[in-house]
Amino acid sequence: MRFNKALCYWPALLALGGTLLAGTVQAQSGATECIAPAKPGGGYDLTCRLAANGLQETDLIDRPMMVSYMPGGIGAVAYNHVNGVRKDDPSLIVAASTGAAVNLALGKFGQYDANEVRWLGALGADYGAIVVKADAPWQSLEELMTDLQTEPGEIVFGAGGTVGSQDWMKAALTAKAADISPRDLRYVAFEGGGESLAALLGNHIQVFTGDLSELSSQLESGKVRVLAALSEERLEGPYADIPTAAEQGYDVQWPIWRGYYMGPEVSDEAYQAWVDKLKTLSEKEKFAELREARGLFPMARFGDDFDGYVKDQVAQFKQLAEEVGLTQ
Amino acid sequence: MFDFLIQGFGVALTPLNLGLAFLGALLGTLFGALPGIGPINGIAILMPLAYTLGLPAESALILLAGVYTGAEYGGRMSSILLNVPGDAGAVMTTLDGHPLAKKGLAGPALGLSAVSSFVGATIAIIGLTLFAPLLAEVAVMFGPAEFFALMVFAFASMSVMMGKDPIKTAIGAVLGVMVAMVGVDSGTGVLRYTFGMAELYDGIDFVVMIIGLFAISEILLMLEHANRSDADEGMPPLGRVMVSVKELLFCKWAMLRSALIGFIVGVLPGTGASVAGAVAYTTEKRLSDKDNTFGTGDMRGLAAPEAANNAAAAGSFVPMLTLGIPGSGTTAVLLGALMLYNITPGPMMFTERPEVAGGLIASLYIGNIVLLALNLPLAGVFARVLTIPRWVLVPGIAILAFVGVYQLHSDLTAIYLMLIIGIVGYLLRKLGFSLAPVILGYVLGGLMEDNLRRALSISGGDLGILWQSGISLGLWIAAALLLTLPWLLPRLLSGKATDKA
Repeated sequence: MRFNKALCYWPALLALGGTLLAGTVQAQSGATECIAPAKPGGGYDLTCRLAANGLQETDLIDRPMMVSYMPGGIGAVAYNHVNGVRKDDPSLIVAASTGAAVNLALGKFGQYDANEVRWLGALGADYGAIVVKADAPWQSLEELMTDLQTEPGEIVFGAGGTVGSQDWMKAALTAKAADISPRDLRYVAFEGGGESLAALLGNHIQVFTGDLSELSSQLESGKVRVLAALSEERLEGPYADIPTAAEQGYDVQWPIWRGYYMGPEVSDEAYQAWVDKLKTLSEKEKFAELREARGLFPMARFGDDFDGYVKDQVAQFKQLAEEVGLTQ
Repeated sequence: MFDFLIQGFGVALTPLNLGLAFLGALLGTLFGALPGIGPINGIAILMPLAYTLGLPAESALILLAGVYTGAEYGGRMSSILLNVPGDAGAVMTTLDGHPLAKKGLAGPALGLSAVSSFVGATIAIIGLTLFAPLLAEVAVMFGPAEFFALMVFAFASMSVMMGKDPIKTAIGAVLGVMVAMVGVDSGTGVLRYTFGMAELYDGIDFVVMIIGLFAISEILLMLEHANRSDADEGMPPLGRVMVSVKELLFCKWAMLRSALIGFIVGVLPGTGASVAGAVAYTTEKRLSDKDNTFGTGDMRGLAAPEAANNAAAAGSFVPMLTLGIPGSGTTAVLLGALMLYNITPGPMMFTERPEVAGGLIASLYIGNIVLLALNLPLAGVFARVLTIPRWVLVPGIAILAFVGVYQLHSDLTAIYLMLIIGIVGYLLRKLGFSLAPVILGYVLGGLMEDNLRRALSISGGDLGILWQSGISLGLWIAAALLLTLPWLLPRLLSGKATDKA
């Protein structure tokens, strides 16, 4: 028959495709799982893989942790899923970050608020940065702030998220520190940090409120200047020369933590077991290497400490959002 | 000056790396051919694997780049054979690719598109090798205002597709633009058309859109035909399998022009293979479609988008390698892979890690040759997919569509959306609409709105910014000429003719 060969080939193709797909979708009993509430390749993927690779390489779990993806609503879909469907799954953790806290504060996660889930812990952090082009007139944060106060409409800020997103919050907080209403700020929302950086290099925007870890190659090539790191203290390594905003007299901090939460009805034993596991992981030397390879700075908050931290943060963002009239 | 490339070929030609380039190309072709899995998913699946296997940086990158370029080759297969684009870049490939298959020319169509892909990618890689740093400087000159003008130009060039029924084309494009509006508004953070459903905050995903619009509507059409008595009007017997040299030469200008267009569009950050394919196709139709054969199985209409989308894939490496800025979603994932190896892409990479930068570029050359060698002889085998009876094919496509969309979102809402879009697509086709304007409206409309909003927030609402720079002014003039010349030229010419008479 003419289509013999094709019939052999096509099912093989199907089977191979099916196996690959099933691998990422199907849950195995007894195994651990991390949901990245986004498409593959982004920050949440990285957060899940940090836990998955770390726990695996330090032998804290015996079977590889599965990473599955649940994009939608900047994390809202996964949040609703955990609160609605997998409320008590003891083997499931979900990646979260400062961005999730911002969305919770803005009421973008639907009916559920920050008190619904069990916040587990954070394994690393990145920090916001105020970036200008290397040939920009401003040498320090103060010079930029002074110009911003005299002509707020002349200096265009840009970053990779919409108004109300965590990228925008960095710009809004900076403006507030200069006594300028975030409403008067000229802000352009791009699709991700890469596009914003391109716009900065092409002189389309003057200030980019990005994250430190995505800037390393630009710093090396000397195309941009970081006016301030939005960290609590001065950072080490390649970032040691960058002053913090606080050092320059402006109280702006923007840590972007990378952590996890669990379902609302997970038992205390299961929750505590995860807390201990992550705590042990964070102390391993091997883990520090993995964290650094992903451009993350150390941060270790677990259990109740972390739970309180997230809830405080959400309350703080809520206040800011009300000030600028963003809450829905 | 090209030391890095010589070193790169040394790296890429080791047996391990050669094997990986081959494996990447093969897997990439497969990922591209399966609707629902594109290069991004392919790379995201293989990246952790490469890292866990302990492959050195350059080997991992060679594997992943092979997957990327392979996927652009693979995407065309289901476009041609099933009228279902395998990935974003292959939407325009359906327009002339599938009619060719219907004429019994599936083999030559696959062969021709493999050669066009090769030509497109090769020209782009040469461009990447020679002009990368220079082009990167030009690419960042494209700001929101310039992108807006570019989108206006792209819409204007679409007018050529109006064909017999301009109203239907316009309605289709507007429908696409409307779908693009769903989700969080990027300027203000306001939710639009989400009906309170968190699943719609991010908008309607590209994959859901193409699978619904093309695959599901195609399945519905097949089912409709299967229940008729004339069920076997379907596909004609397969004719010859190989593409002839004459056919290739016939398309040579289409390939060269489209490769150039695709490369330029690919270099610009933010526009990718889908825009490249659309601009190349419409340009080619305008330039060479004298007898109105585009859309009915014209070889040039197949060669153009294929050359362009492969050129765009290679072009998007330019901003990534020289500026550390991803030119497409896929290069963004590749950038992430590099970071895992503690390599920061950018101009320093060529001096500090020449084996990685050179190895990558060299592997693009090699991967491309591997892909051509793989795809030409296999064209005949793949073409036989068409001889599969409908009772096997329809459930097969349906399974792929459902699994593909589900694995992307792990959520049933995406499946329902796909089905709704599919039914709408089916109705549109029954009403005589073409689906390409819908997809183009969706892709270009979203980009156009975002960039208009960005440009206006930069200028504080002053419209003047839209034509301030030379680049945008040039694009506006080109768009105006595209729209008025077809109407103006005949009148001017006939005016002269009457003068003489």
